[in-house]
Parts: sequence; structure tokens; C-alpha cells
Amino acid sequence: MAFDYDQYIRGGKLPHIWCPGCTYGIVFKSILRVVDTLKLNRDDIAMVSGIGCASRLPGYVDFNTLHTTHGRALPFATGIKLSKPDKHVLVVSGDGDATAIGGNHFIHACRRNIDITMLVFNNFIYGMTGGQHSPTTPSGHLASTMPYGNVDPSFNIPELAKGAGASFVARGTAYHAAGLDKLISGAVQHKGFSVVEIINACPTTHGRRNKFKSPTDMLLWMKDTFLPAVAFDKLPAEKTAGKFPMGVLFKKEGAPEYCETYYGLVERLKKQREGRA
Amino acid sequence: MAQVKLLQGNEACAEGALYAGCTFFGGYPITPSTEVAEYLSRRLPLIGGVFIQMEDEIAAMAAVIGGSLTGRKALTATSGPGFSLKQENMGFAMLTEVPCVIVNVMRGGPSTGVPTGPGQSDIMQCRWGTHGDHPAICLTPAYVQEIFSETVRAFNLSERYRTPVIIAFDEVIGHMRERIEIPDPGVLPIINRTKPTCPPSEYLPYDDSKGDVPPMANFFEGYRYHVTGLNHGTDGFPVNASPRIHTDELRLMRKVEANKAEIIKYEEYLLEDAEVAIFAYGISGRSAKTAVEAARKEGIKAGLFRPLTIWPFPEEQIADLSGHVKGIVVPELSLGQIIFEVDRCAKGRCKLEGIYRVDGDPINPAQILAKVKEVM
Repeated sequence: MAFDYDQYIRGGKLPHIWCPGCTYGIVFKSILRVVDTLKLNRDDIAMVSGIGCASRLPGYVDFNTLHTTHGRALPFATGIKLSKPDKHVLVVSGDGDATAIGGNHFIHACRRNIDITMLVFNNFIYGMTGGQHSPTTPSGHLASTMPYGNVDPSFNIPELAKGAGASFVARGTAYHAAGLDKLISGAVQHKGFSVVEIINACPTTHGRRNKFKSPTDMLLWMKDTFLPAVAFDKLPAEKTAGKFPMGVLFKKEGAPEYCETYYGLVERLKKQREGRA
Repeated sequence: MAQVKLLQGNEACAEGALYAGCTFFGGYPITPSTEVAEYLSRRLPLIGGVFIQMEDEIAAMAAVIGGSLTGRKALTATSGPGFSLKQENMGFAMLTEVPCVIVNVMRGGPSTGVPTGPGQSDIMQCRWGTHGDHPAICLTPAYVQEIFSETVRAFNLSERYRTPVIIAFDEVIGHMRERIEIPDPGVLPIINRTKPTCPPSEYLPYDDSKGDVPPMANFFEGYRYHVTGLNHGTDGFPVNASPRIHTDELRLMRKVEANKAEIIKYEEYLLEDAEVAIFAYGISGRSAKTAVEAARKEGIKAGLFRPLTIWPFPEEQIADLSGHVKGIVVPELSLGQIIFEVDRCAKGRCKLEGIYRVDGDPINPAQILAKVKEVM
């Protein structure tokens, strides 16, 4: 029987705002399948976002949803999670939202290792505002604010997350849709800060300017560029140029989780007071 | 039995927050407000509350709103530059109607300015700091005891009207130690946000059909609703270019405007027969009180109007006052900000003189007395 997505989608809120050829719908469906597979109670889920195309996703889903200011989803989510540590907090963000204006919050959420799942929809561009270069736009690519080709170096989001202290780091792509469920599910189940970078396509503001003739070409580029980490690691250096690994790239079990540490302190203080009484 | 303590203004603010039921503090270190955070970092973990020092001022404001959405009463405290950084998310809380309290211990500015000296030059920012039209409630206590009680009142107003409330005092009162009495629980009234009673399927988070302040559901209590900083309909979902935006923004303003009688609070001191009035708040209000007493000793009929609510501005009271006195003197630790509000309400009915000072020291009573004599 086909999966019933409608059970998780708010009545009357579709169609979504995303352009034809945008791959966000693929990720959207994956998230809903994961929520269903893990049997999460939707009353116990908060989905938080910032500003941008990806950040409109929470409006469509039947959870507790919060669409905040540009780049700030993580600190809002931190306030929620620390207040209610037994609830599931998912953050949806884009490359600009997460790593430019929200870059500081991103590294500090990683450092705290707070039990939040962060899904970064990386489409390499500021789509909503019409195609300006972001911190992940590849070198040389054309953008509305890089008319002569991008001169900015780019971030590698999983490396950034790992370096800053996230305890679960994965990368998937919209092309490899079947694998996404497993990555998002692993991230949600992981205790600690988990980051999944999801490679997406923006044909309207990125592909058109950069010789991708169709949205399909962008998906085929994902197919050729992202290799399973196991296969990638076995390749000689000369064959990995221009390629990137995907899958679970880093996982650390047992790293102290922020809420556990904080409420552990609360408990310890309580015991000390009881001991004295 | 009330507890008697010797506290700094900043510590009294923290005590007031705890009295009001605050269980969430998100902050970032900044002079001269840091003691609010330090005090709560000791106290909140002891009661199972949340204390978190965020990575920056913006994040602290965001975390406070997130905490409040789960039902906690939430506080942040900052000063000058940090207050500027918080403005965008304060606007978010105003539009999404999430209660929270923001303390601004004012120092000199602009920019880094005078971090260790008092200022009152953020007072228009307290009204208009975030972009767009928005309601504002801002309280201006002048004594350590008053910082305690006004902090309790700030939480009450915030919960009652579903809006951020600012408490603005200054470095001198923030750091000054005075004797205060902390009343027993239950002595001061505590207001909590109204929750919905309808079934979740019927809940409209911004339904204005039964009043200007809609009931607020907390996250994770079965009311799965949407909160967005975009202008939204009664159901909380974005609307674009709709007449609803206009009517809803009018409602946000009306929450404060229509309830001014309940929100506005002030002290009148020897104003009944006054020929000259001083309009002053915070530390300048304290100097003004001393100046009034000195003037009276010399046979000069001076009086003081000291607002404890600066926003919404006590328009009717100042209009009335201006018809009964020869002049109003406005001392403030800025180059002239709140005097324009006094002017707007006095409408030329009496003389108006400002005393301005921004060198990091308070205005002293002698300066005020001299100006009172000029106006006579």
C-alpha cells in the first residue's frame, strides 16, 4: 500500500512554495516516512526553521512548528529542547541560513552536543532572494552577486559540524532518495547533536545560470559526484577529485549530551541539599 | 514574614523574576547587567529551572522565546550594544505574541560608549527599536525595591497581554545596594497566560473574536499550531497582501493602547500645588526628588512626576499636568529624547526645559534645582 503522506500534512496548506524542479519535496517526503517508521508522536515533535525556501517546510507539517528569524532556528530550538528535554526537536535549514547568518549558532549547537536533529538543505545558493552566492556555492559558479564567477571559498558542512563537536554527521542527496530515510532516521535516533547535509537542486536560481540544462541534469550531477563513504574511502586520491563521500560520515557514541549534563547538575544539587537536610 | 535583604538592583531584578515564576534565563555577559545572569546561574538550577549562557545576544533572545513557547516564564538581561542586537527577535516575539521579559540596564552610547556609566539614551529604542509598527511596554523603576516589584509586574503584563515587556533602568541603580523586602509568596499577585479550553481541532492561535489577547497554547500540549514571523491569519499561517494584516496590526497596538489605565503607573510627588514640575524617571527621578525637597525648603513650589511606565507614554497625565504648571523640567541622561514626548503632550501649554548629560555621571540635584529656578 502506498504511504499515506497526507496524514502528516496540514489540511489546505499545499501546494507548497517550491519551484518546479526543486528537490525539496523529495526530502520532505523522506522526513514524513521517518516520523512514521519511528512512530514518533506528533504532539511530541517541534520542528523549527529560520528563513529561506527550506524554512517554509514546517508550515506544511502537522507538528508543533516554529518559523523564526533568518539564521536563528537553532537558538530558538535550544530554548525549546532545554525546556522540554524529552521531546523531539528537528531543525530545518538551508545552506545560507545554517552556515552564513546562522554560522555562529551552528558551531555552538555542535559544541554543546544538544540532542537536536539538524537537517541542512544545501542547494548551494540563496534561492528565495533570487540566486545570490552562499557559503557553499562552488568556486567559479555564477550567481546574481557573483556575475564573474564565485571567488569565495566554500564550506564543507559535514567537516564543519564534525570539527565543532557534533556527534552524528551524515550527508545524503535528493538523488539518492532511498538512502535519505536511513540517514534522517539515524540522526533522529542518535542522542546528541546530529547534522544531516542533504544535497539539493535549485534549477531556477542556480542550475539555469550554471549550464545545467534541466533539473534532471542536476540530479545526474548528484549521482556522479556523491559516492558512498565506504567506496569513496577505497578510491585512490586521483579518482576522488571533485567527488564527495555520502552516508554516515561520523558518529560518536557516549559523548555528553547537553540536556543530560544540565539536568544531571540539577539532580546533583538536589541530592546535596537533601543530604544536608 | 517578608525576607529583608541588602541587594544590588540587578540582583533584585533576578529575585523579582524568581518571585514571578520565571524558570528560564537565556543571556550573554555584558556590563552593567551581568549580575542578573550571575545571580540566576546560581539560583535557577536549584529550583530545576533553566539557565543558559548563549553564544551571543541574538541567540539569548531566541532561546528565551523558545523557552516561553513551552510554557516557561522567560527572561533575558542586557545593556546597550546587546539591546541593539536583540531587536529583531524582540519584534518576532511582538508579532508572534510570545510573552517574555527583557531587562536593559542602560549605559552610555552609541556603540561601546560608556559601559560602566549610567545612561538613559536607549529610551526611544525601547519604544521603536525593532523594525515595523509594534506595541511596546517598558517599565522604569528607580529604587532597588522598585526593581523587584516592577520585574514582577513586567512578567504579569507580559503574560496578560502576550507581548514582550522591557524593564529599563540604568547602571547606577543596577549596581546600587539598598535594603529590600521580598514579600512572602502570594502577597504580590501573579498572572499566568490564559490557555485555550477548546479542543485542539478548534484552536486558532490568533483568534481575535473573543478579545484582543487570544489564549495561548504551549508546545507539546496537544495543540499543534504554527508560529511564524510572517504576518499571519487567525490560524497562524502566513497571509500576503491581505486586509487582515492591517486589522491584525491594529489589534496588536490596541492590546496596549486600550489597556493604558492598567499598564501606566507613576509616582506624583508634591504636585498638587506645584508651579514647576519635573518629569524624570530612573536615576534622574531620584535626583529630581531631592531637588524638589531642596526647592520646597527655599519656598519654591516644585513637584515631581516620575513614570514607572514610560511606554505606553502617560500622555493624558502630562497633558493635564502641563495645564497646571508654569513649566516642566526634564532631566535625562541623553542629549534630549524623552523631552520630545513631554513636548508632544504638553502642546505648548507651559514652558519646557531639558537638562542633558552624557558624560557617564548622573545628573545631580543642584543642576535640577538651578533649572527649576530659571523656569520660575
